[in-house]
Amino acid sequence: MSRIGVFVCHCGENISRTVDVERVAAQAGKLPGVAFATDYKYMCSDPGQNLLKKAISEQRLSHVVVAACSPRMHERTFRKAVEAAGLNSFLCEMANIREHCSWVHEDREEATAKAIEIVGMMVERVKKNRVLPTITVPVTKRSLVIGGGIAGIQAALDIADAGHEVVLVEREPSIGGHMAQLSETFPTLDCSQCIMTPKMVDVANHPRITLHTYSEIEHVEGYIGNFQVTVRKKARSVNEEKCTGCGVCMTKCPQKKIPNAFDCNLGMRTAIYVPFPQAVPNTPVIDRDNCTKFKTGKCGVCQKVCGPGAVDFEQEDRLIVEPVGAIVVATGFKLYDISEKPKGSPIKGYGEFGHNKIPDVIDGMTFERLASASGPTGGKILRPSDGREPKQIVFIQCVGSRAREKGISYCSKVCCMYTAKHTMLYHHKVHDGQAYVFFMDARTPGKSYDEFWRRSIEEEEAVYIRGMVSRLYQKGDKIVVMGSDIAVGVQVEIEADMVVLATAIQPQLGADTLAQKLGISYDNYHFYSEAHAKLRPVECATAGIYLAGACQGPKDIPDTVSQASAAAAKVMTLFAKDKLEREPIVARVRETGCVGCFYCKKVCPYGAVEEKEIRDRQGNLIKVVAYVNPGVCGGCGTCQATCPSKSVELDGYTDEQIVAMIEAL
Amino acid sequence: MHPEKQKHAFEPRIIAFVCTWCTYAGADLAGTSRMQYPPNVRLLKFPCTGRIDPVFILKAFQQGADGVLVSGCHPGDCHYIAGNYHARRRFAAFRKLLEFIGVDLNRLQFSWVSAAEGGKWVEMVTELTERVRAMGPMHEFKELALEEQWSGAIDTPELKEAYNAI
Repeated sequence: MSRIGVFVCHCGENISRTVDVERVAAQAGKLPGVAFATDYKYMCSDPGQNLLKKAISEQRLSHVVVAACSPRMHERTFRKAVEAAGLNSFLCEMANIREHCSWVHEDREEATAKAIEIVGMMVERVKKNRVLPTITVPVTKRSLVIGGGIAGIQAALDIADAGHEVVLVEREPSIGGHMAQLSETFPTLDCSQCIMTPKMVDVANHPRITLHTYSEIEHVEGYIGNFQVTVRKKARSVNEEKCTGCGVCMTKCPQKKIPNAFDCNLGMRTAIYVPFPQAVPNTPVIDRDNCTKFKTGKCGVCQKVCGPGAVDFEQEDRLIVEPVGAIVVATGFKLYDISEKPKGSPIKGYGEFGHNKIPDVIDGMTFERLASASGPTGGKILRPSDGREPKQIVFIQCVGSRAREKGISYCSKVCCMYTAKHTMLYHHKVHDGQAYVFFMDARTPGKSYDEFWRRSIEEEEAVYIRGMVSRLYQKGDKIVVMGSDIAVGVQVEIEADMVVLATAIQPQLGADTLAQKLGISYDNYHFYSEAHAKLRPVECATAGIYLAGACQGPKDIPDTVSQASAAAAKVMTLFAKDKLEREPIVARVRETGCVGCFYCKKVCPYGAVEEKEIRDRQGNLIKVVAYVNPGVCGGCGTCQATCPSKSVELDGYTDEQIVAMIEAL
Repeated sequence: MHPEKQKHAFEPRIIAFVCTWCTYAGADLAGTSRMQYPPNVRLLKFPCTGRIDPVFILKAFQQGADGVLVSGCHPGDCHYIAGNYHARRRFAAFRKLLEFIGVDLNRLQFSWVSAAEGGKWVEMVTELTERVRAMGPMHEFKELALEEQWSGAIDTPELKEAYNAI
């Protein structure tokens, strides 16, 4: 038999003004199972809480109902007090007679009657409350960072500097990402490589960072604090331990005409290569698709010239299992490719811009490589077709972005700024050249951003034309740009030597597949979704997984670095404790009743439902039932409402508790 | 200051099933803003509308509720990512079923009330109370409830007699 204590609060006069609290307490005292009922001026005050604690021990109370304000206000206070008195905190419930009663009603009689009913409901509910122990989950203080661009590098360095081990996984042969490709960065025009490469070296030299380049995530298991991640280390064909990075293999390789993707296919590389001279690690990779040895079996020059004997044609992919407690996803972006219409995608492509058909129509990243001192032209702006310096250059913004009819409605955020930067870089390098920019709006929020944009017009003489371009076509060695100037209301035709398209930022290829491996959600465009747009912008809804950089949405470098540090801070918060404590409001499966339909698994937004095999002593499979991982469960209870056999229950909100409340009415 | 309150012959009982993150907080806001609404409604707090089993609605009608309100976070705002979408689907189907068995759907209200919409909560509760008051008490389920009582326990003389005759 329960011995329930009911404590009715006056809340000064906030409750007692419209609710006859003495009567509520008196009525509550008459309810079956209630052993003690009283009222007090301020239950949440120190003497109020002491009254509660004293009553629990003196009256040997088994459950407590505090009739006062909203549980959103003081539930934690009273649960703590109850716990201090030796009862499990989940044996305490609050009846909300302030926000939901005394404050919203005027009639004392009606309000009192309602308060009595609310208390009655909670008394019936608390009778069915069970002792719920706090769930503790061990934490592996090791973190995985996926993606070695500036976001991943920043997050990895921050976490490692805080004293925790980090595993950094990068798909490409070198870390650095897109930032390593850039020439100079807005709004300060400092050289990207100059600020990026020291960080890359820091990663390589850090005693607590394990770097897996040319590697991909194969498989992810586990939950917050306890992930098991399988990393596929692709065969480099070069032994990383033996290689000294001397580069002789690359100078001797006879295959020299392979377009280098790092230079946006403008420069050439060999079959054994590092993507760029400052690569980290500075260990070459053999591109097996283009290597003569792998294609015909004859050659092997690199192996012959390699002093340390690092070239290994027999090397195979390796699978490495890394136990980690937290994951930072920083997979970055790719640029919208206008050359073709992707199959099965809602994105329509830009046939009218002739990209990849007209050689001098390039995208922003290609322009970065042209402008980069370490690029294929040594920093000279030259046309890819004939190597001539373009004297008239047209930049077109919002190619792909903000074009609902083309399939993307978002703004790519960085293009206005980088186009302004491009006009400046162009003007610095081609003094007698003229830059035109077709734009819809100039979006330049950010510290010193608008000033920078204005400078491109006022000092660097870029001509901004508000309007869009309808068509580009080749005429002799010129490209005719047909557009409109909506400010003046006229059609414009410019004969340009080169056209640069500010193409949209899209999530990296394979973002969706990775999301499925990690069990995180993504939007229509495959950008990863944060747990809350405003208040939890770096956390995934899946506990223990955090987001950094453009994989979550288009971002510039400062925003990316901030988010990466924020994600690192979240990881450190998680690692600050040896054990993770969480509220025990989680679903539990009654295995006897479960028939293994796994509807719960389908509706679970957290991927917390696993399949569990039940075997007899001989090891014969009896049935497969659902198992809810308490470390992952978010406690929404959707599984319970969905379960056809009512075999899963959300602790703290069981059917018994709810029905008891309804029946009390 | 306030107009004389009208006394009604019939005061409906309204049960509201709400999620803790949006609508419960919205109702709290109505309280902190000292808005006024009829005292006919009783709130049951759930973590998420996704947790609300349609059976609870039937149970509420059975227990004598004259109107039922289900409310949670707006689509896209769910604290648990997608619980309200599951609820929306579930109740879309459930409404059809209720209509089929002859329950007047005016007694049942589904809506989204965010934590910032104290005013919307007040409007909705007031409107539902007035609507249900005009419709009068809900008999159908109360009768069913009685039947269930009879089948559950042999406590009426008629049933005892019938039982003894077997």
